[in-house]
Amino acid sequence: MLDFPRWKVISISLLLAFGVLMSLPSLFFGESHKYWPTFLPDETINLGLDLSGGSHILLEADPADVAETRLQTMEESVRAEMRRANPRINIGDISRKDGVLSFMVRDSTQVDSAREALLPLTTGAGLTGQRDWDIEVRDDTRFVVSPTSAGLDNAVDNAMDTATDVIRRRIDEMGTREPTIIRQGDTRIVVQVPGLEDPEALKELLGKTAKLEFKLVDFEADPNAVAEGRPPVGSQIFPYPDSPSGVSNIAVKRLGGISGDKLTDAGQGFDQETNAPVVNITFDTEGGAKFARLTQNNVGRPFAIILDGVVLSAPNINEPILGGSAQISGNFTVEGANQLSIALRSGALPVELQVVEERTVGPDLGADSIRKGMIAAIIGTAAVLAFMVVTYGRFGFYANFALTLNLFLILGVMAIFNATLTLPGIAGFILTVGSAVDANVLINERIREERRRGRRVVQAVEVGYKEASRAIFDANITNVIAGLLLFIFGSGPVRGFAVVLIIGIVTSVFTAVVVTRMLVALWLRRTRPQELVI
Amino acid sequence: MKLLKLVPDNTNIAFLKWRNIAVAISILMIIGSMALVAQRGLNFGVDFVGGQMIRTTFTETTDAPITELREKVGALGYGEPTIQRFGEPNEVSIRMKLPEGADQEPELANTMADEITLMLKADYPDVRIDGVDSVSGKVSEELLSKGVWSLVGAMLAITLYIWIRFEWQFGAGALFALFHDVSLTFGFFALTQLEFNLNIVAALLTIIGYSLNDTIVVYDRIRENLKKYRKMDIIALLDLSVNETLARTVMTSLTMLIALIALMVWGPDVIFGFSAAMFLGVFIGTYSSVYMAAPILIWLKVGPDSFVPPATAGDRAEKIGGPEEIG
Repeated sequence: MLDFPRWKVISISLLLAFGVLMSLPSLFFGESHKYWPTFLPDETINLGLDLSGGSHILLEADPADVAETRLQTMEESVRAEMRRANPRINIGDISRKDGVLSFMVRDSTQVDSAREALLPLTTGAGLTGQRDWDIEVRDDTRFVVSPTSAGLDNAVDNAMDTATDVIRRRIDEMGTREPTIIRQGDTRIVVQVPGLEDPEALKELLGKTAKLEFKLVDFEADPNAVAEGRPPVGSQIFPYPDSPSGVSNIAVKRLGGISGDKLTDAGQGFDQETNAPVVNITFDTEGGAKFARLTQNNVGRPFAIILDGVVLSAPNINEPILGGSAQISGNFTVEGANQLSIALRSGALPVELQVVEERTVGPDLGADSIRKGMIAAIIGTAAVLAFMVVTYGRFGFYANFALTLNLFLILGVMAIFNATLTLPGIAGFILTVGSAVDANVLINERIREERRRGRRVVQAVEVGYKEASRAIFDANITNVIAGLLLFIFGSGPVRGFAVVLIIGIVTSVFTAVVVTRMLVALWLRRTRPQELVI
Repeated sequence: MKLLKLVPDNTNIAFLKWRNIAVAISILMIIGSMALVAQRGLNFGVDFVGGQMIRTTFTETTDAPITELREKVGALGYGEPTIQRFGEPNEVSIRMKLPEGADQEPELANTMADEITLMLKADYPDVRIDGVDSVSGKVSEELLSKGVWSLVGAMLAITLYIWIRFEWQFGAGALFALFHDVSLTFGFFALTQLEFNLNIVAALLTIIGYSLNDTIVVYDRIRENLKKYRKMDIIALLDLSVNETLARTVMTSLTMLIALIALMVWGPDVIFGFSAAMFLGVFIGTYSSVYMAAPILIWLKVGPDSFVPPATAGDRAEKIGGPEEIG
């Protein structure tokens, strides 16, 4: 027991000093942090959103939505390929049902060439060499194109990757500081934004698909049929809620439109005549050329500007627009126009996202939690420290020294791993104070016991540490097991609790057993007491 | 200096004498807790049933207009709100269940939260939104199943560990003690109708950890004494072990309670339920180590040979017969 080599003392002291040093930057948070010398470590603990204030938003995509869009695109490609084939292949009875596209080739001699034309539309998907679509011919002339599961998974995966990028661009455009955007699982994206004043605006922006289309209005369509939602051949019907003439629907030509994904810029502006808020867009070269062609060929006719399947406005083309920029009018507020420009600048979402979970904490509540948590921590710690000294005297003082070091070490280790401190984490911190002394209680009680049995001082201390260590070890392992399960299954703030708990257990065993043992050994060696006050 | 001794030296309380009564009471308490949970149910927070909860502070009013709020939120057509005060009288939480049709439209919970927030901001200029939680049905189901799995997983993993480190009887005893602790905590939440949310799952797991901590200290001493006093009657041996560790049990429970009282009185309101659950858990956990975990060892016939492989028990009895050499 008395034999405690110098190298051990030095390495334990160095380790403790390092831990305390790592914890310091986190304690100098806020304003005082700028006085922190730059040559020292600067890693700090992150504050969870429940303490710093901010929003946690979980977005989820519906895979069926991806499948539907994909099937739609497939239908358009099939139509285009069949038209482009030489000789042209006539098809009919096209339907999209149950996630499957089917159509008939009118001339049965063309079945083979139709199959030939379709093959390039499919590609390999996944590692198994499976293709992304299956093509089948039933009853001689009916083609059935169905997505394979590998193809669909691949499509969902790609859509989610793109969606994550788009979300990141949108949030960056809003000028929010330090957002965290992570894909989670197959169909989810987590967005965490600290210190946000207005989560509604953020959610509005995230929820917008922002798919912009320009399509020619089918002005020959029968207005009654359009109102009832029956489109003429070759046209589609879209709702038009803000129409000046009061019609609720509008028919547009299926073909010949252009989509708004070929933009280089979008910004909010004002209409020069009416002074109403508008969105100014600039096409890239390809989009600009297409738009020029569309407007050149259709002067005098109206075209519809469609956003996410709803018509914003249907202005007349007064003259060809050749400069590659255009103005989108609609029933906008300035804010609305601004949001739409952000959404257009950052691109369309390939899939609609829904907010399935939101956790927002106001900055005031967060600050209040930190303040109250600190007060509770200080009072709790002080009371436990006092209690230990009253009960164990010198040994209580050693335990307290270890406990205090332990608190710094927890912060230090958390800082090294850039861990996040949450409100339940603060509770975990305070609980650690209560439970960390347990090791010392076990040891000290054992020493008392051994003294009562008549062992000499040094031997009693020695046996006390040795015998207590086994129970300390077993008890802490079970606590780590509980903590790990909490970490694996927990979410957000509760995870923060598990982190503090696990780190606290490891550091507390070190300080409560190793460090106090060193202190006691050094004291015993120095003074060689015959009596022990414990 | 005269030091504080909460438990006098050489205590000799016959704890195990009362084991039958204690276990009977405990079983009644477990049944009572289950009945309470079945009859009154748990006051699940939005984490586990979905819906939304908004926490607000009326910064310039001393009393939040609860009745008026109830009418106004009800008028939005999403159903009746549960409005509760928390902390100061001008701080209220507004909780809503998932609205109808939320199965098909997962975003409905969030839309509802947005509408209520907008209404509050428009009608009460001094209102401060301190927090919004909105959880869809799907996410809340996941959180619930994850919570259940973490509890079940922790209990089984810990039991397994104790089985490996000690003997199967000890594992069974620990599992039974944990079951007791968890049941009673559930009963407490059914009785008080305190909100049962994610934090409470964290509290339950901490209680499991703490209770086990206690159980292990007692078990460790039992194991030690079983090897030391091979002729002693098992009941006397258990009593001895509990008494020997009593000072430590009292001391550690007290430091835990001190920390928890600080947390309940001065700590953040948001985690009051968590602290209250832990506070109760310290008592239940300490009690169960003595009156659940220990008596089971008697019924499962733990004896001096439990730590010796059966086949070689006779051969080795000689070697480990005497008190263990220490030091």
